[in-house]
Amino acid sequence: MSGFHLLEPRASTFASSYDWLFFTMVVMCSVVAIGVFVVLTVFSIRYRRGASVDRTPFSGSSHPIEYAWTITPFLIFLGIFVWAAILYAEAKTPPPGALDVSVVAKQWMWKLQHSEGRREINELHLPLGRPVRLVMTSEDVIHSFYVPAFRVKQDVLPGRYTELWFQATRTGEYPLECAEYCGTDHARMTGRIIVMQPAQYATWLSRGNLAPSMAAAGEERFRSLGCSGCHGANASVHAPKLEGVFGHPVHLSDGRTVIADESYIRDSILLPTKDVVAGFVPIMPSFQGQVSEGDLLELIAYIKSLANAAPPPRQR
Amino acid sequence: MAEADRPPSYLAAGYTIRSWLTTHDHKRIGILFAIAITAFFFIGGAAATMIRIELATPAGDFVTDDTYNKLFTIHGVVMVWFFLIPSIPTTLGNFLIPMMIGARDLAFPRLNLASWYLYVLGGAFTVATLIAGGVDTGWTFYTPYSSIYSNSHVMLAVVGVFVVGFSSIFTGLNFIVTIHTMRAPGMTWFRLPLFVWATYATSLVMVLATPVLAMTLSLIGIERLLGIGVFDPALGGDPLLFQHLFWFYSHPAVYIMILPAMGVASEIITCFARNRVFGYRFMASAILAIAVIGFLVWGHHMFVSGQSVYAGFVFSFLSFVVAVPSAIKVFNWTATLYRGDISFEAPMLYALGFVGLFTIGGLTGLFLAATALDVHLRDTYFVIAHFHYIMVGGSVMAYLGGIHFWWPKITGRLYHEGIARFAAILMFCGFNLTFFPQYLLGYEGMIRRYHEYPPQFQLLNVLSSAGASILALSYLMPLAYLAWSLWRGAPATANPWQAQGLEWQTASPPPTHNFEAAPLVTHAPYAYR
Amino acid sequence: MPTAEARTGVALQFDDADQRHEAAKLGMWTFLATEVLFFGVLFAAYTVSRIRYPEAFALAGGHTDLLLGGCETAVLITSSATMSLALRGVRIGASRAALALLGVTALLGVAFVCIHGLEYYHEYGEHLVPQLDFSFDEPHAREAELFFWLYYVMTGFHVLHVLIGVAVISAMGALVWRRRVGPDYDAPVELTGLYWSFVDVVWIFLFPTFYLVAR
Repeated sequence: MSGFHLLEPRASTFASSYDWLFFTMVVMCSVVAIGVFVVLTVFSIRYRRGASVDRTPFSGSSHPIEYAWTITPFLIFLGIFVWAAILYAEAKTPPPGALDVSVVAKQWMWKLQHSEGRREINELHLPLGRPVRLVMTSEDVIHSFYVPAFRVKQDVLPGRYTELWFQATRTGEYPLECAEYCGTDHARMTGRIIVMQPAQYATWLSRGNLAPSMAAAGEERFRSLGCSGCHGANASVHAPKLEGVFGHPVHLSDGRTVIADESYIRDSILLPTKDVVAGFVPIMPSFQGQVSEGDLLELIAYIKSLANAAPPPRQR
Repeated sequence: MAEADRPPSYLAAGYTIRSWLTTHDHKRIGILFAIAITAFFFIGGAAATMIRIELATPAGDFVTDDTYNKLFTIHGVVMVWFFLIPSIPTTLGNFLIPMMIGARDLAFPRLNLASWYLYVLGGAFTVATLIAGGVDTGWTFYTPYSSIYSNSHVMLAVVGVFVVGFSSIFTGLNFIVTIHTMRAPGMTWFRLPLFVWATYATSLVMVLATPVLAMTLSLIGIERLLGIGVFDPALGGDPLLFQHLFWFYSHPAVYIMILPAMGVASEIITCFARNRVFGYRFMASAILAIAVIGFLVWGHHMFVSGQSVYAGFVFSFLSFVVAVPSAIKVFNWTATLYRGDISFEAPMLYALGFVGLFTIGGLTGLFLAATALDVHLRDTYFVIAHFHYIMVGGSVMAYLGGIHFWWPKITGRLYHEGIARFAAILMFCGFNLTFFPQYLLGYEGMIRRYHEYPPQFQLLNVLSSAGASILALSYLMPLAYLAWSLWRGAPATANPWQAQGLEWQTASPPPTHNFEAAPLVTHAPYAYR
Repeated sequence: MPTAEARTGVALQFDDADQRHEAAKLGMWTFLATEVLFFGVLFAAYTVSRIRYPEAFALAGGHTDLLLGGCETAVLITSSATMSLALRGVRIGASRAALALLGVTALLGVAFVCIHGLEYYHEYGEHLVPQLDFSFDEPHAREAELFFWLYYVMTGFHVLHVLIGVAVISAMGALVWRRRVGPDYDAPVELTGLYWSFVDVVWIFLFPTFYLVAR
């Protein structure tokens, strides 16, 4: 957080690719802008009133040159589009094995929680060199999670999850800012991303408030809210079992197949009749209003932890 | 025709306020609009002044955070809806379109007057919003902040914009019908000056896009007032739906702001280079292409909003496509200078400044159209710099160029050329000092709508605020010397610039009914050779 | 130049009556285009919501009154026919018939609004008005409320346009009565007819949207 510098630090894998494209564009656009300025200036001077210079009108068709300066920019633009699209697709596709962190934004603070349980406010400690995936939601208005040094940004919306991933390439502290106007203290909804060596990160993680992991907290919530009454191993109600579900395809009663991701689990809890599993009837009650965003993320973490568990034997 | 026989000019046809407030004359209505939009320009400018004073230091110490939020909101609302969108169409468009096509007035003069009254009514609501304490949602009114959480005067603001939207629709409707049905004999489509083409395309956008804004704002009002709504996630609604609807209007709206400016530039450059415009048909086609494709690119405001990646690809591609006709126009303006006979009166300085600044603004738009690049730059000062280069460096400079160019025709007076050239150059320099540093700030990660910022950004902010003071001066100067010319300016002849175009065939200022006899058009426009 | 008007009989910005007529028609079509975009936003909001909540909309759609909705459709379509006949009456100089037909059209428009009023009244009794004691016994109550507020807002804006149409049709009646329109000058009535047809077309889209969901 030193003084003025012209070049924003690059601290993620994406930032380097980003800057290549950015500075290529800067050079290209500068060439065009300077070119236009030079031609305008040269013509203005050469053809100024009173100068004795050949002014016979240009005869012949203007079409060849017009097609040339229509098609050439278009091809260049196509190139930029493709390059940017490839980078964008990469930026939107988290690699497998990423470290999951939950983010809940509210006016005017960031609440983060690591899957191991440790919570942070306005700060995020991360290990170097490992992809990190943020699953984010808002409790109120739209916010936006932005780390300039990583060149990443993603809006955080109420009522749904958005995700963001990055991999830090340098240790240090980097500003985190809210990039979508959210009211009075929008400018103060800032924080820090602290990138540490993996060993240091592991130490940090194990210290601090001894909160249970998100999955453990989620399991507790699963019981206290009565979910195990229908979805547990000894339930008498015919409800889908949750072992081995997360991350896998689910066949729905209307014929569609969806992947059971965070949004699917969230919807199943809040809008249980929206995507009913094939072979089941929509009798699950909604938990709208009974679970906070934090609770939901913990429940999801618990169900995620069951992803590799074998489904219990079929009850008769 | 002898002086005594000449019909009185439109300015002499009644001197009472009532004769002005009940006029049906498109020229008088143009002047009514000019007065109104100038007033709002300075209101929006006052907000900008306070913003730049606050941003000269990193701490938020000039105004409170809530006040700052209200300042940038009112700056955006006033400048977009009460200055930029009406500016050229309702002032120069109203005054010139009938004359350029050889007509006596617009098709619906009373609708034209109604359009002005709607503007004033909308403006009254906006001033009421200010007096009541302001609105703090940003000119973009994103939900759910605007529909549920904001405690400011959203309803008043939304009603003001709704009403002025209808002013826009009526003006656009009037132009479309006039240009289609009232051209003089011989004035075929491809003999129209490019200013008419530009106004026509702008009118198409006004008429088709503005109703979407009207309904979208109504929905915010309904959600706020009645607590029911399609944007509230707690009720099953979707805040992203608001963004799609809002930007479906607001992106074409930026073409409403730039197309007329492009039309003005073509008129001025051809006159002061004494040359035909290079590639007339490509220029006219480019204008239409920008208007049409402009309806298909709105999602480039939403690359990080939660929109799907595939939608992002489509909108990005189309955004690059819409840049092509703009590039064509810049090249054609430049080529119009080739083998011309160029002089550098104030209108020409403004027009050349327009081309240069529009080029820079347009090129930076390419950065934002590139999906991956927009991720870092969106909601930073890079975006602010981009759109100010186009809207202020582009539209405002072209508007001022047009005002100077047609000033003799409108008022019958000449302004002082020396001061005008100085002001134009001062504006160009002040503008660049204000907004170029903001590109750097944006890349550095300075977020927009922040009243305080980290200290490392101060140097560039100070440069920007210094530039803003120069820019402010350069706007006050024309206000002063143009007003002065109304009393002391030298009388103008019918065609002081020796320009082509039907409007120059009649007196300065023109008689109420424009032409003594309907003109007959026999050749292409810009017959400078 | 007053002499120009006296010569051509049209307002002085126009060269002749034909130009005025052309301009008037293009003006009305352009205005109708703006109305399409205006209503389009609401249809878009409905479409997005319906795609997200198909079961809720199917359940909620069962609570609209198909009989009354059908009557409204019949009334409005008939009024479009009477409006066309009225225009024809004006064009052939049958001003008494035209006046009667305009009157019938206006009355049918009023009838439409009254039937709607009856519908709203019933729905209020069934607790189907959002924010006014809304209760929905079947599942998806929250999304059903969304269906209903879309129903009230969209039909409400439509009713507003019908009322404006009735007022304009009445004004046309006055013009026919005073012989200000006739075979040589029918543009106001023609434009009114265009507007009324548009109002009818919007209803043709609204009817299946709210009354024929899952029916």
